[in-house]
Amino acid sequence: MATSIQLRQLVKAYGDLEVIHSIDLDIDPGEFTVFVGPSGCGKSTLLRMIAGLEPITGGDLLIDSQRMNDVPAARRGIAMVFQSYALYPHMNVYQNLAFGLETAKTPKAEIQARVQRAAEILQIVPLLQRKPKQLSGGQRQRVAIGRAIVREPKIFLFDEPLSNLDAELRVQMRVEIAKLHNDLGNTMIYVTHDQVEAMTMADKIVVLRLGVIEQAGAPLELYNNPKNLFVAGFIGSPKMNFLTATEDGAGLKVAGATLNLPRAVAGATTLGIRPEHITLTQGSGIKIADLRVDLVENLGGQTVVYATTSDGQSVNIVLEGQAPVDLGSTVTAYADPARLHLFNANGDAI
Amino acid sequence: MTDAPVKLEVVGLRTLSPMQRRLLSVLTHAALLAVSVLMLYPLLWMLAASFRPENEIFTSASIWPSEWSLDSYVRGWNGLRTSFGTFFTNSFIVSILSVCGNVLACSMAAFAFARLNFKFKNFWFAMMLMTLMLPYQVTLIPQYVLFRQLGWVNTFLPLVVPKFLAADGFFIFLMVQFFRGLPKELDEAAQMDGCSPWRIYWKIIMPLSMPVLATAAIFTFIWTWDDFFGPLIYLSEMKTYTVMLGLRTFTDSTGESDYGGLFAMSVASIVPIFLFFLFFQRLLIEGIATTGMKR
Repeated sequence: MATSIQLRQLVKAYGDLEVIHSIDLDIDPGEFTVFVGPSGCGKSTLLRMIAGLEPITGGDLLIDSQRMNDVPAARRGIAMVFQSYALYPHMNVYQNLAFGLETAKTPKAEIQARVQRAAEILQIVPLLQRKPKQLSGGQRQRVAIGRAIVREPKIFLFDEPLSNLDAELRVQMRVEIAKLHNDLGNTMIYVTHDQVEAMTMADKIVVLRLGVIEQAGAPLELYNNPKNLFVAGFIGSPKMNFLTATEDGAGLKVAGATLNLPRAVAGATTLGIRPEHITLTQGSGIKIADLRVDLVENLGGQTVVYATTSDGQSVNIVLEGQAPVDLGSTVTAYADPARLHLFNANGDAI
Repeated sequence: MTDAPVKLEVVGLRTLSPMQRRLLSVLTHAALLAVSVLMLYPLLWMLAASFRPENEIFTSASIWPSEWSLDSYVRGWNGLRTSFGTFFTNSFIVSILSVCGNVLACSMAAFAFARLNFKFKNFWFAMMLMTLMLPYQVTLIPQYVLFRQLGWVNTFLPLVVPKFLAADGFFIFLMVQFFRGLPKELDEAAQMDGCSPWRIYWKIIMPLSMPVLATAAIFTFIWTWDDFFGPLIYLSEMKTYTVMLGLRTFTDSTGESDYGGLFAMSVASIVPIFLFFLFFQRLLIEGIATTGMKR
């Protein structure tokens, strides 16, 4: 039976310095939620507050509708995987996995059974007698996850668990964690600064900045309808292009030309277009601007074009396949008006 | 590349022929050996004195005894009213208890300073550091008065009990510094695993702190074993004497000194320290296992 989590006006302050500003959030049972944001946005602090490693200054943390603010970490039914793995260096893998159960005075036979089961799930049975220093990064990561699994917690917390792995292993472990979520069905919260991890793994993404939730929702919801400039810039790779826009009588003026937009543009100061939504052929789109091509990267499957407008604003374009674009040439960018994003002077989406 | 590779030369290093090199090596070793002998001479002299006949000790300049004899050892061991075996036992009791006390109590105090939060922590830490700056002689008399009132004089208690109360600021400070170097995530992981601070201390911190605990154990043993002043003040009956007090008994103000016995027992008194060091020094250099952490 999966568990729900509610944050109600949650506040964290160190002395006079408030770092988490009254956060409200509902996490449904069995949901895979990813906290994402730049360094210092408070995502790890928020996770540690849920874990019970940081005292909560104000508001309520509810797990299955029970207030958990003052419940010690071990009694919240939570297991956590740390960024540094935090394996006990003096214990072998078996002892690492069994330690929490021994602390809880679980019978020996059950400990053995549970450790064995977790080790089988994570395919680390041959490593059980090894010390952490004899393991590779990926193996340590598995043991760290195994240590969480054996406790059969209601909730899993992951604090940037993949950031110490190389790129290939990261992709592999990402898939495995997602699979683990499917198999176990537990509520999981995952912290990362990598928006690709967030997009690929999450049921719900929570974008944080400076201790405030900027937007929370399904990955595609955030991708398609970002609420503000910050979310628009953070979600999606490469980053969304932002062009300065001014309103004139006829419509929206961008890079010296007026756009023919079939929607209200009142108050818009910034036009956002994702690189993958720009085409160089007219098709169904409208003309955005003429661009000078500064650099072309042929990746085989896609072509990335770095270009600038006549007034010097940079625009990145991702084209499918191997597009023949010449360096230094002038191209015209088109885009589907439905895929354009407009933002006002406060950075909010219109 | 058509350019010729740049030739690298080590500037200022003379090139020596193999012959010169060998000569330099011989000279260096000879100099080192000479200094070593100079440093070891007193020890060697004592060792020799313990094996030579009594009348030769202060008359012969040679380090090699004219005649080897174990007489001094036999005489020294049994020559006093109480056997030297008793002194050794007493010294062992005091030293081993001091080691246990210091290692346990100081590590607990250090754990509290390094990992727990309590009111006025910094104030208490500063107070602890201040005790480091207090000379031993300053607290001596008040301590003596206190222990006399407790009726502990002429027992081992004044020498041992303070060690169980984390009275040694130096070791607390040493351990605090070491504990601070252990990753905090280990404590947090243990906390998530349901550990109390006591269990974190005992199951996580202590096993990872062997090098610093060994250091504390070695120094406590050596300092307690070698301590003359403490036992001199608190122990007055011969059956409670430690080895150092026993050694003093050989030299007598009336002129009836047994120097052969003194040197023989001095040599014997070094053996436990030597063995203790030999046994624990491996732990000292064994690297700390923070390797489970990847940073």
